[in-house]
Amino acid sequence: MRYISKDVKKIDATALVTGKPVYTADMLPKECLVVKVLRSPHAYARIKSINKAIALKVPGIEAVYTYEDVPRIRFTMAGQSYPEPSPYDRYILEEYVRYVGDVVAIVAGESEEAISKAFKLIKVEYEVFEPVLDFTKALDHPIVIHPEEDYHNNFPIGGDRMRNLCASESMVYGDLEAAFAESDVIVENVYHTKANAQAMMETFRTYSYLDHNGRLTLVSSTQIPFHVRRHVARALGLSKTKVRVIKPRIGGGFGAKQTMVSEIYPAFVTQKTGKPAAMIFTREETFKASTSRHEMQIRVKVGSDKEGNIKAIDLYTLSNTGAYGEHASTVVGLSGHKTIPLYNKAKAFKFSYDVVYSNTMSAGAFRGYGATQGIFALESIMNELASKLGIDPVELRLKNIAQEGEVMPAYYDNRLESTALKECLLKGKELIGWDEKYPYKQVGKNKVRSVGMAMTMQGSAIANIDVAAVEIRLGDDGFYTLMIGATDMGTGCDTILAQIAAECLDCEMDKIVVTGVDTDISPFDAGSYASSTTYLTGQAVINTCEALKEKMIKAAAKVLEVSKEEIIFTGEQFETSDGNKVLTLKELGEGQVVGNMSEYLSATKSHSSPTSPPPFMTGFVELEIDTETGEMEIIDYVGVVDCGTVINTSLARIQAEGGIVQGIGMALYEDIQYNAQGKMMNNSFMQYKIPSRLDVGKIRVAFESSYEPTGPFGAKSIGEVVINTPSPALAHAVFNGTGVAVRELPITPEKIVMGMLKQ
Amino acid sequence: MKIRVWINEKLYEDEVAADLMLIDYIRSKGYYSVKRGCETTNCGLCTVWLEGVPVLSCAVLAVRAHGKKVTTLEGLEEEARVFGDFLAKEGAEQCGFCSPGFIMNVLAMKRELKNPGEQDIKAYLAGNLCRCTGYMGQLRAIQAYLQEEA
Amino acid sequence: MITIKEYFVANSLEEAYNKLVSGKNNSILGGMMWLRMQNKRVPVAIDLSQLGLNQIEEKEDVIEIGAMTSLRQMEESKVLEAYFGPLFKEAFSHIVGTQFRNTATIGGSVFSRFGFSDPLTVLLALDVKVELYGAGIMSLEKFMKLPPKKDLLVKLILRKQNLKAVYKCQRQTATDFPNLTVCISKTDHHYKIVVGARPSKAKLAYSGMKKLQDGCEIDEVAEAVVRELNFGTNIRASKDYRMHLAKVLVRRGLEELI
Repeated sequence: MRYISKDVKKIDATALVTGKPVYTADMLPKECLVVKVLRSPHAYARIKSINKAIALKVPGIEAVYTYEDVPRIRFTMAGQSYPEPSPYDRYILEEYVRYVGDVVAIVAGESEEAISKAFKLIKVEYEVFEPVLDFTKALDHPIVIHPEEDYHNNFPIGGDRMRNLCASESMVYGDLEAAFAESDVIVENVYHTKANAQAMMETFRTYSYLDHNGRLTLVSSTQIPFHVRRHVARALGLSKTKVRVIKPRIGGGFGAKQTMVSEIYPAFVTQKTGKPAAMIFTREETFKASTSRHEMQIRVKVGSDKEGNIKAIDLYTLSNTGAYGEHASTVVGLSGHKTIPLYNKAKAFKFSYDVVYSNTMSAGAFRGYGATQGIFALESIMNELASKLGIDPVELRLKNIAQEGEVMPAYYDNRLESTALKECLLKGKELIGWDEKYPYKQVGKNKVRSVGMAMTMQGSAIANIDVAAVEIRLGDDGFYTLMIGATDMGTGCDTILAQIAAECLDCEMDKIVVTGVDTDISPFDAGSYASSTTYLTGQAVINTCEALKEKMIKAAAKVLEVSKEEIIFTGEQFETSDGNKVLTLKELGEGQVVGNMSEYLSATKSHSSPTSPPPFMTGFVELEIDTETGEMEIIDYVGVVDCGTVINTSLARIQAEGGIVQGIGMALYEDIQYNAQGKMMNNSFMQYKIPSRLDVGKIRVAFESSYEPTGPFGAKSIGEVVINTPSPALAHAVFNGTGVAVRELPITPEKIVMGMLKQ
Repeated sequence: MKIRVWINEKLYEDEVAADLMLIDYIRSKGYYSVKRGCETTNCGLCTVWLEGVPVLSCAVLAVRAHGKKVTTLEGLEEEARVFGDFLAKEGAEQCGFCSPGFIMNVLAMKRELKNPGEQDIKAYLAGNLCRCTGYMGQLRAIQAYLQEEA
Repeated sequence: MITIKEYFVANSLEEAYNKLVSGKNNSILGGMMWLRMQNKRVPVAIDLSQLGLNQIEEKEDVIEIGAMTSLRQMEESKVLEAYFGPLFKEAFSHIVGTQFRNTATIGGSVFSRFGFSDPLTVLLALDVKVELYGAGIMSLEKFMKLPPKKDLLVKLILRKQNLKAVYKCQRQTATDFPNLTVCISKTDHHYKIVVGARPSKAKLAYSGMKKLQDGCEIDEVAEAVVRELNFGTNIRASKDYRMHLAKVLVRRGLEELI
């Protein structure tokens, strides 16, 4: 292998590290209108009247739009394939505002200063309603958040808007009652995970203009250009042929940009005025008016025999989708479907959920997508079970995990084709020094060092739904242009896909040109989410390269006047097996564009997968706890990942390290909080702390690779699975060190100490 | 107010508003490496040098740079390339959005600290947030770079 | 965001002060770290950077720190280190990041009297006077009790002392605002105990200090400190946890000092 499992540098690295202007806001058109939105100060209200006449008189103000100016078309902002499971529960602007920060008016002007002045002069009269802020009380609350009659579902997802219910489901496998009845031990607890902010460094931003054909063109920092094209077209009542979306370099996404957040506002302004327009979210807006991780309350009940063989699992998730239903039914699904299959030996299980509306900011996609929340609950209860049974928690896992070839009923009956989870468990145990350190050691008067662990899984693309298409062309110098619709958001997928192409075509990486994403030019790709790119688009690259190779060999055979079976392609040239006739790739490349030596050589293939093979991971942590203050220091965090074949070793390692650190933030302090009026209290990096480099201790990552037969070179995914283990592993270490079971995130020093004082 | 500012050794003279922030002034001059990641001086993305000292350009008034020298990553391109290569070897530039501010502070640290240990490095750079990498790869890159340059 | 109409570089303290009091919303610029985040319209912003106030000067009995001295200058100061050891470094190093502390000024920090202030917790435990252009020289403690009033902070005057001090704090992340700060100093037989970020601003705990002079046990002193001071709840920590923390950190500080 030339480029597979190598630490290839990202192809865009030099531009990024020398600060080249390659991001959306670095390339704004001249004379671009500034777009800002006036946001609701109320958590739930109806706009009784809105007067924009005075604001329009402010010098430099181009336009002010209110709900009276927008099409009455309901749509969703969720980045999902059509027909989207997310309900169409929004207008661009609406008479009702459903959370503090919801959009009241769109203002376009020459400068931010002019817009600030205009904001103060827009007179809005609200009929303020009592908001539903506590999502545990939202179901069947007398206050209804979506009373509108044109609310639309593409297909049933178990919702009932008049009950504030966005989605629900219940599924049972096996004889649940019997399985609990035969259990020697049953544990049941409720776990609570909080809303978190994705907090990518580049906030939401989009600019728009009309091109020379009068088509609406958006340049946007998005993970989902093709879905944005569809949503914008729908919301504006345009045909998709009238919309083009371009994705430049983007400064991180983590799922935040799997929802259309900023795009629609400048798009609307450009549609109305014909002028270029740009909207750049402030950090505050990014916190308070986008989408967060879904807050969930998860009740889980587990039955086991005395030896730790899991008999039954009953998991119920209550999820808060906030004001709108983006990703409501899909995120919650993962809280069970990507957790319960880890304990595949269970005879029976039940997974049910309700997703409710509330007057908080809409939830959406965030790395891990519900599996993260579910795994905190399930792994925590398994650790509590192990403690109750007096079984080593690693042993408990080893007894229950699925083996290759097993069918996983909780995972849509998929057959497990590849797993190194056992190796991940054993390796993690060894690296952390589990046997010497479990459960804890006193290391000072008020200091203990304890260990904790968890395991997890995710998927690799959405089975039967996600589609990735790839096109590759031979250039006239014997190079290739690789056209993809997958969106590199800093993760390096442009590079990884070029590695795969170079491997398939047996050429140097610098012979592969990778284009950015442009819906006019790039082949369709659902986008970069659901851990899909390496697995799905990677396989599409292989399919495409094979097709091109075939075409090139055929063309070369024709030029050399031999049968194609006689041709050997070395990557540099085509030669006959006897070595007598040779045509270089360069000659073929040139020949196709001059004198028509051969047809113009390009290939397009798409790929979709009937399964979504799970990557696995274990996380082991050694934690030092100050038993008087509750302060924690991460001494060592070991992550062992089975992502199948590792395509790019350095990028995979960074994914794992970065995911673990985000998981640590979620576990220990990241917690979006609202005041009694529904205003988000921590909407800045000053108040909402993400880990700094002083907060993460030592992180070590190892790989135990299985080989996934359906993936490119045996690869699965890595993007999301890496965020899941810290919450349960850290909670476990806290329990092992102090005896306090923290079942509500984040695990703060205060909760630990207050828990210890109660003991 | 009229200001005279050297940006990367080039002199600019402009009439600027009293409340224009340095970040917006230097971006308006085409130095797009300088990024804004927050409004609360917490992220470090907008780090530039003012008279050789790393500062947050989102919190410095442009008028306060009057008569002074500002350095952005564009003015340190060769050094950025060399260190950036170490970063890229680790895959630790990732989305790259925090890279310019981070690299500005790394290069300032290199000038200021003699043989910094791991803790010194982390403390010096604590004001540079990164959401992608988890910081370990950045640390490896810095250590390898400092070793090479020593 | 703040808006500023006019930027005024003062050539003397007098000029700065006159400008300050000539308009209701005229403001002195410190490092602007906090000021710029306020939603405030400032007709005249007064810059003191030409007045040489960014110096740490050692005098015979005192060390004078100009109001425009950056937090990082104080951390790195050999003079301060000679008299106070690593105290300032320990207390200041948690504040956001080096770039922030390169610009944030001690004058801005002290004058604003923020509850979360690490610097105020430390300074109150020392013998510090503030020199205000209008109100003259007074103890830092007195200054902190005065209602906010327009004035021009010129410098801090730290008396040199044969002193030992410890700084303790607890924060949710390394560079976050503190959940609680404690500074305890000891000179010969006199102690000062300061608790800040309760979350209200730092205060000396006199009853605890008295108990200490009276020779009470450490635990009793810590209890007295917690009884004397008021604690509250905010987004970061509850009142109960802060009271608990105060007890632990005061006790630990005293154990280290005695």
